[in-house]
Amino acid sequence: MAQTLLQVEDLHTQFFTSRGVVRAVDGVSLHIDVGETLGIVGESGCGKTITALSILRLVPDPGKIVSGRILFRGNDVVKMGDEEIRDFRGNDVAMIFQDPMTSLNPVTKIGRQIEEAMTAHQRFTPELAKSRVIELLSRVRVPSAERRAKDYPHQFSGGMRQRAMIAMGLSNEPSLLIADEPTTALDVTVQAQIIQLMKQLNRELGTAMMLITHNMALVASLCQRVVVMYAGRVVEEGPVEQIFKSPQHPYTWSLLRSVPRVDEARKDRLVSIKGLPPDLSNPPPGCKFHPRCPFVVDRCKIEEPPLGEVGPDQVARCWVLMRNVSQADVATAKASSISIAAARNLKAPAGDDGTSGGGSEGANSNNAGS
Amino acid sequence: MQTAPKPTGTAVRQDPVILRVQGVYKHFPIAGFGGLAVRAVDGVDLEIRRGEALGLVGESGCGKSTLARLITALLPVTRGKIIFEGQEITKMRGARLRRVRRKMQMIFQDPFASLDPRMTVGDIIQEPLDNYGIGSGRDRQRRVQELLRLVGLNPNFTNRYPHEFSGGQRQRIGIARALAVNPSFIVCDEAVSALDVSIQAQIINLLQDLQSEFNLTYLFIAHDLAVVRHLSDRIAVMYLGKIVETAGRNDIYDHPQHPYTRALLSSIPVPDPDVERARAPILLKGEIPSPVNPPSGCRFHTRCPIARAPGICSEQEPPLEPHGEPDQLAACHFAGEK
Repeated sequence: MAQTLLQVEDLHTQFFTSRGVVRAVDGVSLHIDVGETLGIVGESGCGKTITALSILRLVPDPGKIVSGRILFRGNDVVKMGDEEIRDFRGNDVAMIFQDPMTSLNPVTKIGRQIEEAMTAHQRFTPELAKSRVIELLSRVRVPSAERRAKDYPHQFSGGMRQRAMIAMGLSNEPSLLIADEPTTALDVTVQAQIIQLMKQLNRELGTAMMLITHNMALVASLCQRVVVMYAGRVVEEGPVEQIFKSPQHPYTWSLLRSVPRVDEARKDRLVSIKGLPPDLSNPPPGCKFHPRCPFVVDRCKIEEPPLGEVGPDQVARCWVLMRNVSQADVATAKASSISIAAARNLKAPAGDDGTSGGGSEGANSNNAGS
Repeated sequence: MQTAPKPTGTAVRQDPVILRVQGVYKHFPIAGFGGLAVRAVDGVDLEIRRGEALGLVGESGCGKSTLARLITALLPVTRGKIIFEGQEITKMRGARLRRVRRKMQMIFQDPFASLDPRMTVGDIIQEPLDNYGIGSGRDRQRRVQELLRLVGLNPNFTNRYPHEFSGGQRQRIGIARALAVNPSFIVCDEAVSALDVSIQAQIINLLQDLQSEFNLTYLFIAHDLAVVRHLSDRIAVMYLGKIVETAGRNDIYDHPQHPYTRALLSSIPVPDPDVERARAPILLKGEIPSPVNPPSGCRFHTRCPIARAPGICSEQEPPLEPHGEPDQLAACHFAGEK
């Protein structure tokens, strides 16, 4: 059995705003094993980034970790002192962000920044740090690393900056790398290079990775296990193969069918999830997904389902579960959402616009017809 | 005298091509660099057929957004012709241009930046009707409400401001505004890229429904090839200011002829772990060259896995010619080779 590297238990992170308490992370439990790649998926505002920031104790104001434990190799991160937490960040866990431009210092050379990341944690002597820079940049496949280390961030392209960020993240040989949408800002061909790089690094160095993304395809490409979050909660978790083949939570199911696949001819309409994610300062009662769920039953509106076992290593938070949904209901869920009647209605009299529209009011009595 | 321009179009029907782009160039001069220019669009020929959805794909900086702005006459061309419904718009000015523009509308990427925060939603959607003096005041208000209903928003929201809406709802407002004047041609410039996936699906479905209901022609610009394949009938691939391949949406995926198309398609991850395990992306070397000084010959030769350079690829620019399936064009000396 694999060894657990990080164990998050019943984490609650809340934001105390003037409009009330926002429960951004609302009882999240998850774990990641040594060397494992875990994907955390969900849409904007589901709490995935705040979960990651909580792990590093970097939750921005007015946010606070209210309760829960974050055990890294058995030590509780929540209880660490300043000295310990500084040591933990960078040495044990590193994070790379979506936008490499805003995470790099524009007035310091790339090589120098990577060096600083190492000397700051006093793991390497300044001399050793200096010599490691070139090695790290070559490891993340920055061509002519020796020369590029003397460049400033603006001289790097987006993909190269992300490589530099990864090099910095890896500089202290962390055992966990948290990557928050690392390829979202990049073009597809560059994204492919970065994905490839992350796979290789995971294999070569055995660094565990937590990939935070909204892109299910990226998870399929990079991860062994996946956690699906909705409204601050884990709604489904399991091995990637199972989750993709047989998602049990309607939200996971919808997410998977709401994106077109490039390798398939258009067959079906996309499944769109009606409505919007809930306001986390005032979440709905019962299951948080029930107002948007196409398969809702009465119980969902009152009582929140627990995270129950639905398969080997797979858990889902749902009273219904996709395997109990009939084909007919699935077909209805896929059906059209636009009102064709509304479209017909529009085409009728008011659609006869333009020059035929007599009796216009105001200064421009008719259009500039010649 | 024009007939009432219903979107279903009793107007010009004979020409199956709604828009022709012929030898179009757009160079942005760089001030102070004597004659140097960013060659954003550098010799593009393209046809868009009535009622189709044409997808235009390419990476950042390939010139696809500039091309969209040339097509909608938001930017003047440096050279070349753009012909919309039989009329050359590249030379038009003033009232004539305004009249043509009414038939072509644009939906933008960023629903946060493209709506005036100080206008109510009603005013935003009504503005094009006011601009073109369409209908009476009451007609316009009624139409605004119908448009809101059409795009799936509450028709009573006319007095609200854009900040009160989410990204997906704002994009619906942008769509309602574009539809207000009954256009026949809509350019969607990354119209769904900024949205969350579930919301993105709502907008994609809406765009498809509207197209079939109003017989709209779309130019769909996006970097997400999966979305483009889903929405388009034909796809054009752009690289460094030029079209390198056009084909039907399935042909381009099943038999890509240009090595850039092939690399681009192989780069896209698929939400299926089994496929992902087998997928071997063609990793392109280097990065997209500067459009100020594009490579000689075929522009792609510096990164092309099958280029013969030095040789024909670095010396001669390949023309966009029929290769592969019917209706498929590619600009490559070794089209179809791997």
